[in-house]
Amino acid sequence: MSRDIGSRDLLIRGARVLGEGPADLLVRDGRIAEIGSLSGGSGAGPGGSASRDAQVIDVDGLVLLPGLVDLHTHLREPGREDAETVSSGSAAAAAGGFTAVLAMANTDPVTDTAEVAERVFDLGRAAGLVDVHPVGAVSKALAGKELAELGLMARSRARVRVFSDDGRCVSDARLMRRALDYVKAFGGVISQHSQDSRLADSAACCHEGELSGRLGLPGWPGVAEEVVVARDVMLARHTGSRVHVAHVSTAGSVEVLRWAKAQGIAVTAEVTPHHLALGTELLTGYDPVFKVNPPLRPTEDQLALRGALVEGLIDAVATDHAPHARHDKEHAFPDAAFGMLGLETAVGIVAELFVGPGLLSWAQVADRMSAAPAHIAGLTDQGRPIAVGEPANLVLIDPSAPWTVQASASQSLSRNNPWHGRELPVRVHATFLRGECTAYRGAVRGQFDIEELS
Amino acid sequence: MTRRHLLSSADLARDEVEAILTTAQSMHDVQRREVKKLPTLRGRTIINLFFEDSTRTRSSFEIAGKWMSADTINIAAKGSSASKGESLRDTVKTICAMSVDALVIRHNASGACHQVAQWVDASVINAGDGTHEHPTQALLDAYTLRGRLGGSLDGRHVVIVGDLAHSRVFRSNVITLGRLGARVTVVAPPTLMPSGIGAWAARDGFATAWDLDDVLDAASPGDRPDAVMMLRVQRERMSGGFFPTEREYTAGYGLTRERLAHLYAVVPDIPILHPGPMNRGLEISAEAADATSSVILEQVSAGVAVRMAVLYHLLAGSDAPSEKAEAS
Repeated sequence: MSRDIGSRDLLIRGARVLGEGPADLLVRDGRIAEIGSLSGGSGAGPGGSASRDAQVIDVDGLVLLPGLVDLHTHLREPGREDAETVSSGSAAAAAGGFTAVLAMANTDPVTDTAEVAERVFDLGRAAGLVDVHPVGAVSKALAGKELAELGLMARSRARVRVFSDDGRCVSDARLMRRALDYVKAFGGVISQHSQDSRLADSAACCHEGELSGRLGLPGWPGVAEEVVVARDVMLARHTGSRVHVAHVSTAGSVEVLRWAKAQGIAVTAEVTPHHLALGTELLTGYDPVFKVNPPLRPTEDQLALRGALVEGLIDAVATDHAPHARHDKEHAFPDAAFGMLGLETAVGIVAELFVGPGLLSWAQVADRMSAAPAHIAGLTDQGRPIAVGEPANLVLIDPSAPWTVQASASQSLSRNNPWHGRELPVRVHATFLRGECTAYRGAVRGQFDIEELS
Repeated sequence: MTRRHLLSSADLARDEVEAILTTAQSMHDVQRREVKKLPTLRGRTIINLFFEDSTRTRSSFEIAGKWMSADTINIAAKGSSASKGESLRDTVKTICAMSVDALVIRHNASGACHQVAQWVDASVINAGDGTHEHPTQALLDAYTLRGRLGGSLDGRHVVIVGDLAHSRVFRSNVITLGRLGARVTVVAPPTLMPSGIGAWAARDGFATAWDLDDVLDAASPGDRPDAVMMLRVQRERMSGGFFPTEREYTAGYGLTRERLAHLYAVVPDIPILHPGPMNRGLEISAEAADATSSVILEQVSAGVAVRMAVLYHLLAGSDAPSEKAEAS
C-alpha cells in the first residue's frame, strides 16, 4: 500500500493495550508500525522514529482494543432512509467503537443480488467511517422459497460471506439444508433468525410466560427458538457446513449450543446487549421502545446468556441495531415495529455487565466484540491482534468515564433507544479505521477538528 | 378519590372500588326515576373512541354520559390506525386537540389505553383493550354479585369458566373480585389458559382448574361456588386448534341443562353471569341463560350505573354524588 499524500504518522502514547500495561503505538500508512514501552519523551522507544509532523496523543490510562465488529446491524438503506442510512448508521457505529459492521439484508429492495450488495458496499465506502459488509439474503425477497443468488453475491465486489433472512426464519428445512450445502463452495455461513413460525407467529411480541398472560400480549415462547437451533445444528452436522445463530435469547438455546459444540459441530452464536441486560418486565408499561424480536426474556435467560458468553459457548456480542422512524413505534404495542438501537451503547453495556464485575477481561471483550465476529464473518483485516504490521483498526476506551445515555444525542437518525437515561461506566474515546480517526468522544469525522484529538 | 385514568382494574384499591360501587348504587336509583338526567357533567365532552366493534359497552358508556349531561360523541375508528398509516398517537392527539375531557377507548390491541394515557391530557377510560382488561365490566360484575349475594363478597366463591387466554373480562374480574375479598376459581382447558397462569394464580391468590365438574361438585360445602360466570368462546378460536370441536367444548365446559340441574341441586338459585354476547348452545345453554337465577340482564343494567359512577369519580371532583343528585 502506498503512503497517502498528507497522511501523518500517529503516535498513541500510554495506551493500555487490551487493558494491560501501558505502551506506545506508532501508526503509519494505516498500519501499526511500532509498539514499545512508554517513551517518556526521551526520544527513545517507538516515538523516536515518528516523522516530525506526527500527531501525538497522550492517552494515559485509556484501554486500546482492536476496532469492534458488529455481526448484526440494520442500516435501512436502500428503502427506509428516513430511519437510517448507510452513512448515519456508519456514524453511529464509529461513535460506538466499531470499525466494521455487517449490514442485514432486509432492505427494500432486499439484498438478494450482487447489484444490491455492491450498492450497500459502495455506500459504506463512500461514508468511510466503518467497513460496511452487506449480508446477503438466503432466499429471494426473504420469501423462504428459493435460494437467492448466493454465489454471485459472494463473487461480487462486496465479497459477501454471511447470508441471512434475518427478520424471518429460514423455516423450510430443505431450503436451509441446500443453503448450508451451497455456501461451502465459497466459505460462507448462514446466520439464522431462529423462530418457528407455527410456535411464534408474526404477532408474537412478548416472551411467553406469566407477564404475557397478565398483559394479554401474544406470547413468543423460548421453545420456538430452541427447536430451530436444534434442527439447524443437526443440519450443520449433516452438511458439514457452518451455521451461525443470530441473537440467541434463551437458556434452552444455550444448552443446545453446549451439546453441539461438544460434538464438534461448526456452530457459532451471537447475543445482543439487550438480551443480556434487559428483561421482560420492561414491557409492563407497553412502551414499544422495548418491543424487539426475539423478545426480552426473563432473568433466568439473561443469566444463562451471560454465563454462555463468559464461557465462550456464545462466541460474539452483536447489536441487532434496528432503527425505526418515530411514527413506526407510535402504534399500539402489537402493531409497532420490532427493534431497538444498539451501536453506540454496546461496549458500555458489555463493560458494565462483564468488565466491571471481573467476568471478562478487556482482552476477552476484544475477542467477543472484535476477533470472534471478524472470524465468523470471514473478515481478514478486522479483529486482528494489536501487533506490528496489522491494520490500525483500533478503539480507545476510557474505562472510568461514566455517562448517561441520551436518546436525543445519537448519530443514528432514529430515537428508539431502550438505554435512554441509563448510566454506562465506560465511554468510547476515539475510533481509528486504518489509522484514520473516525470518531472522537461521540462526534464523527467532520464533526470534530482532528487537531483537537488528545 | 383523585384519579385521572381508569386503565386497569389494578389501579383501584379496595376503598376505591367500594366508593365506585356505592356511587353506582345512587346512580342506579336515578335510573329508576322518570327523569333520569343529572347535571353533574354538563359542559364536559366525552369521546367514545372505539377501534373495535361493540354494542353494549359503547351504548352503555353513551347512555351513562348522557344521563349525566355530558356531551358524548361516538367515533368508530376501526381500521383507521396502522392499516391506513396513521399512528395511534396521531389519531388520539388529533381528537384531543378538540378539547376533550375524557376518552373512553376500546381497542383490539392490549395496552393501547396505557399508551394513550401517556400522550393526552384527557382522562382515559379503558373500555376493553385487546386480551388485556375491561375494568368497568369487572366493576359491574362485582356490583351485580354484591346485589345478589347480600352486599358483601368477602369469602364468597366465584367460578369463572371459559376462554381465559383471550378474555379481558377474566383478567379484570380476577383483580376486582380479589380486591373485594372473594375467592376466585378459574376453569378452562389447558389450551385456553393464559401462559404462566400457575405462577400468576399463586402470586395473586386465585385457584385454577381443568375440570369444571370437580369444581362445581366440591365435596366440602365451604368450597361450593356462590356464583358462576361463563365467558364467551369465540368461534374463531376453532381455527387456532384450541379445542377439537364445539361439541367437545360444551361437554367439558358448557353450562348445559344437565350441569345446571346438577348445580341447582347443590346450590339453589346460584347467580349465573355472562358478559355477553352469548353463544347459546356453546358455553351456555338456553336453560341456563334464561334461568331465574341468571343475572345477565341485571349486568347490563348495572353497566350504566357503574359507568356513571366511574365518570363521576374521574371527572366530577369530590362532591358527594347524592348532593348532586338532590340538586337536580
